[in-house]
Amino acid sequence: MKDKDTSKADELRELYRELILDHARSPRHFGKLTDATHSAEGINPLCGDKLKLYFRILENGQIDEACFEGSGCAISVASASLLTDTVIGMNTSDALDFFAVVVSRLRGDVDANSGKRAAIDLGKIRALEGVKEFPSRVKCASLAWHALNSAIHQNSQTVSTE
Amino acid sequence: MTHSAKVSILTAEPRPIAACRADFPGLAQEINGEPLVYLDSAASSQAPNVVIDAVADYQRHDHANVHRGVHTLSHRATDLYEGARDAVQEFIGAGSRTEIVFTRGTTEAINLVAQSYCRPKLDAGDKILITHLEHHSNIVPWQMLCKQTGAELVVAPIEQTGQVDTRQLIELMDDRVRIVAVAHVSNALGSILPLEEIIQAAHHRDIPVLVDGAQAVPHLSIDVRTLDADFYAFSGHKMFAPTGIGILYAKEALLETMPPYQGGGDMILEVRFDGTTYNELPYKFEAGTPNISGAIGLGAAIHYLNSVGLDEIAAHENRLLAYLTRSLEGIDDIRLIGTADNKASVQSFLLGDIHPHDIGTILDHQGVAIRTGHHCAMPVMDFYGIPGTARASLALYNNEDDIDRLIAALAKTKEIFA
Repeated sequence: MKDKDTSKADELRELYRELILDHARSPRHFGKLTDATHSAEGINPLCGDKLKLYFRILENGQIDEACFEGSGCAISVASASLLTDTVIGMNTSDALDFFAVVVSRLRGDVDANSGKRAAIDLGKIRALEGVKEFPSRVKCASLAWHALNSAIHQNSQTVSTE
Repeated sequence: MTHSAKVSILTAEPRPIAACRADFPGLAQEINGEPLVYLDSAASSQAPNVVIDAVADYQRHDHANVHRGVHTLSHRATDLYEGARDAVQEFIGAGSRTEIVFTRGTTEAINLVAQSYCRPKLDAGDKILITHLEHHSNIVPWQMLCKQTGAELVVAPIEQTGQVDTRQLIELMDDRVRIVAVAHVSNALGSILPLEEIIQAAHHRDIPVLVDGAQAVPHLSIDVRTLDADFYAFSGHKMFAPTGIGILYAKEALLETMPPYQGGGDMILEVRFDGTTYNELPYKFEAGTPNISGAIGLGAAIHYLNSVGLDEIAAHENRLLAYLTRSLEGIDDIRLIGTADNKASVQSFLLGDIHPHDIGTILDHQGVAIRTGHHCAMPVMDFYGIPGTARASLALYNNEDDIDRLIAALAKTKEIFA
């Protein structure tokens, strides 16, 4: 019984790691970017997460600044916060590779990527991988990443997880 | 013996409420290693064995199309299907079985009224009056109708408690209002609306009233004639029946004036290329092969509810709701959403600044099923300035242990977010 309780508690601790809770409580780069060149909104109708991501992308393709605003559950807010921390300084093509890898890893699909993408180290984004055990939460964790993809492609449409 | 399930329902002794839990096989399971605590009946209720068996017996022994064949199975299917209509008529106190139209659910019933009853009558500048606490299913069909006709959707305000401001609602009933459409019980807030007062006021001005009864039917005893509702819509799956079956009750005089909602088989008497004669009530509104098994399950659910007793169910749930509310109030940082004096079966809440979806995940991990989010009532969430709530909802099979488990799981949630 004790073992069961411990492993169950571990699963929850795995989802709500200290890093996630920290980013959810104090999201980084939170706010509107007034001189954004790219932006996209992400909506998760299931739980009402609504995030807007802003990027300032230089002519050479480098992401110079990233911000987000909106509201959502701890997982979606932490994910957006980690995203902004991560992509600032990247060029858009690397960011798109990163997007593809994050989304497949969150689904638990480790073999989805080959070549250059397979070699990507997700760094602190790995903190989000606890969602694999919680299928209904994968959408929360990937929402901001889909918005990033949409923004880079200059697709100003709102992305929805549904 | 093909009708054994039905016979046993009809001859059952009154069922003590504490024994009811054992009638629901879906409740007897573990979720994430813990016994299931199901507190999401306002979204959809579990089904008792008598309903599951009635559907299975029909599928095994009595299935054929209804109203068509001269053969025995078709007669049996028709008798069972029409027997369910009789059960509904009696259950809600309708004057005639012709006033009971089977639909896919509450949503389709409301759309039927919007398109068939209202649309031909509406001119630009006419008004449809609803309230701020309606479920999306009692908002969007009217918005679509407004777009089609140039009519205006008017929304009566609610108070901080989550009760409709009845005085303002009645003041909004001017001579351009063509229908008033209100919930009987709010799905997000639990408020029971003062329907008799609302309906009397509307009728005083010759305005018909549609009631969205989806959330009321399994919890309150309904009598559509005492209420004097013109239309009363509800769903099977919130009252222990399968999904995909719902009911539109409508006064016969109104149904008589309404054109069919959909065309097809079963809703006609005679079809010729130069014109078609529609079937009589209620079949004029039931185009195509209906949800026969769903209706049969609904009939069994009504017999089950009657065997327990609506008054006993309401008393049990009211006791439990009081215990739920008291228990939640004992938690620091809890904020109750929906605190009207007259409530049924649901309690929405927030816990500190923890997002409802996070609460839902942590509770599920402990075997406790609640609903989280906007509950298909986004304007209600906007009213309170919140993205959503956590909502525990009760049915006759819940007990105090369920609520104690919920409270313990909420304590765990706070611990994780501490």
